[in-house]
Amino acid sequence: MAETKKKSMNAKKRADRRTYILFLLPAVLAFTLVIMVPFIQGIIYSFTDWNGISKSFNFVGLTNYANAFKDTRFMYSARVTLIFGILNFVLVNIVAFLLALLVSSKLKGRDIYRAGFFLPNLIGGIVLGYIWQFIYNSVFPKLPMAWFQNNLMLVNPKLAVWALAITSTWQYAGYIMLIYYTALQNVPADLIESAQLDGANWWQRLTKIIMPLIAPTFTITLFLTLSNSFKQFDVVLSLTNGGPSMLWNGQAIKATELISVNIYNTASVQNQMALAQAKAVLFFIALAVISFIQTSMTRRKEMDS
Amino acid sequence: MTANSNKMNYDEVNPHRFSKRKMWALIAELAAILLFIFYASPLILVVFNASKQSGQIILNPLSAPTDWSQLFKNIASVFGNRVVNYKGAFISSMIITFGSLAFIILFSSMAAWVIVRNKTKFSTFIYYCFIAMMVVPFQVVMYPLVSWFKTMSDAVTIPLFGFSLLRSYPGAIFAYIGFGISMSVFMYCGFIKGIPYEIEEAAEIDGCTKVQIFNKIILPMLKPITVTVSILNGIWIWNDFLLPLLILGKGNKIQTIPLAVSNFVGSYVKQWDMILTSTFLAIIPVLIFFLIAQKSIIKGMSEGAVKS
Repeated sequence: MAETKKKSMNAKKRADRRTYILFLLPAVLAFTLVIMVPFIQGIIYSFTDWNGISKSFNFVGLTNYANAFKDTRFMYSARVTLIFGILNFVLVNIVAFLLALLVSSKLKGRDIYRAGFFLPNLIGGIVLGYIWQFIYNSVFPKLPMAWFQNNLMLVNPKLAVWALAITSTWQYAGYIMLIYYTALQNVPADLIESAQLDGANWWQRLTKIIMPLIAPTFTITLFLTLSNSFKQFDVVLSLTNGGPSMLWNGQAIKATELISVNIYNTASVQNQMALAQAKAVLFFIALAVISFIQTSMTRRKEMDS
Repeated sequence: MTANSNKMNYDEVNPHRFSKRKMWALIAELAAILLFIFYASPLILVVFNASKQSGQIILNPLSAPTDWSQLFKNIASVFGNRVVNYKGAFISSMIITFGSLAFIILFSSMAAWVIVRNKTKFSTFIYYCFIAMMVVPFQVVMYPLVSWFKTMSDAVTIPLFGFSLLRSYPGAIFAYIGFGISMSVFMYCGFIKGIPYEIEEAAEIDGCTKVQIFNKIILPMLKPITVTVSILNGIWIWNDFLLPLLILGKGNKIQTIPLAVSNFVGSYVKQWDMILTSTFLAIIPVLIFFLIAQKSIIKGMSEGAVKS
């Protein structure tokens, strides 16, 4: 009797294990075939002369990486990605925080405002880019202000980076606003009340109580906006397509060609697949370092508090 | 919020300050409305100028249109355009978005349940693989993915099932399952950890198999997180550009809305009436969806961000 029971227990365990494996299988299979295999191939190809189509290739060592560093256009891309990233990061967070304060106030239309500020986030970057191209090229010069008539934003290399950041902020700030908004809702009311009784004014309440309390949220938004800024692609492609052209270190480069766009152009336009692959791996390493610093900073903060 | 309600109490004691507060509230409300209009102005300009003829747009892009019926004329010419094939693009976008979502939800909830409930070295390893790959930018995998899909098509899917993974629905959906699974598994894991295991134990004592437990007990409980996962993935897939560009390719009969708009703009240099009408048409489905499901979208997006 006991033996048959044990046997059936074993049979059940085996059946359970089979179920578990069958349940894991589809996710693991899709993940492996869509991401893992191309990821490993991608790293291998960066050390070869792979042309994107042919199955045969030769190993060329670090040649592609050396060429990437020698590529003035790519080095400029790294620089402008950093500039754009920081600019966009600052703009998005300031705008998002102010919008969050606005929609968590007692204003009558706050729910409508929140929905309106968030809406651009649902529209795809490609479509947004075309809309803003129209605004910068056709609407701004018609504004009754001399500055706008004298400065075409997408033609001037410096202003084009700003144009990109403004569009990108318009798209993304509503999303970050939601995160700040959620955090602001969780600030305990009695803390603010007692601060007010102690005579703290609005600015003091904001900087001395509310902002320290939602500090963990800042680490989330910091990471999200930084990685989002560095990965920006769609908006650049449709708004400026990397342009305008300019001279940098004696070479013609494209003023708003962020790294993601540079990789795309290297592969899809110039057809240098292996070089693009090496650039992509460098891009990956840079992003990984940033997110590593980010997570270790978050951990330290959590331990402090 | 509470800061303000507190102010109110304070004001009631000091009637003199009350009116001052009221004035400030009015100013704030007005400022908010102005800011709101400013924020909405790009979209308002799209609607205005999609209702004009090309010449009028160049002359005066800021004014309201004189004849709104031009909007329908413009829409008719976009619909009639073979390059954009708006109706076809809309259907393709629907098939790819909802097809991918169905599989992402099913596969990632199944995997997450096993990862949480049957902690082995293997399942933990898989979980960390999923998370680690979230950092990898699309640029690293996109070109190898295309050649690898071609290899798989030649070796497996064409001889066995008769379809290629490139330029086809199954290929695009398969790619989205792979790219969507990491974040979705992560979010489902977080949710399933909060479900008490006792429920499943009780069901097991009553003689349920593991499959029954998942189908009858776990799956219905996952509804709230499934809404969040669907919204996050759905918005991403609907608006995505680079993946469909590479997998579906240019000049394909199957093209998503962002691809169609981009092709369309490429074929009409600076013809803003047509370009803006096509962007207007691209925004409409998203806008309708937002108006219907606003609460879930806002809730899902803020939860998704805080969890990931």
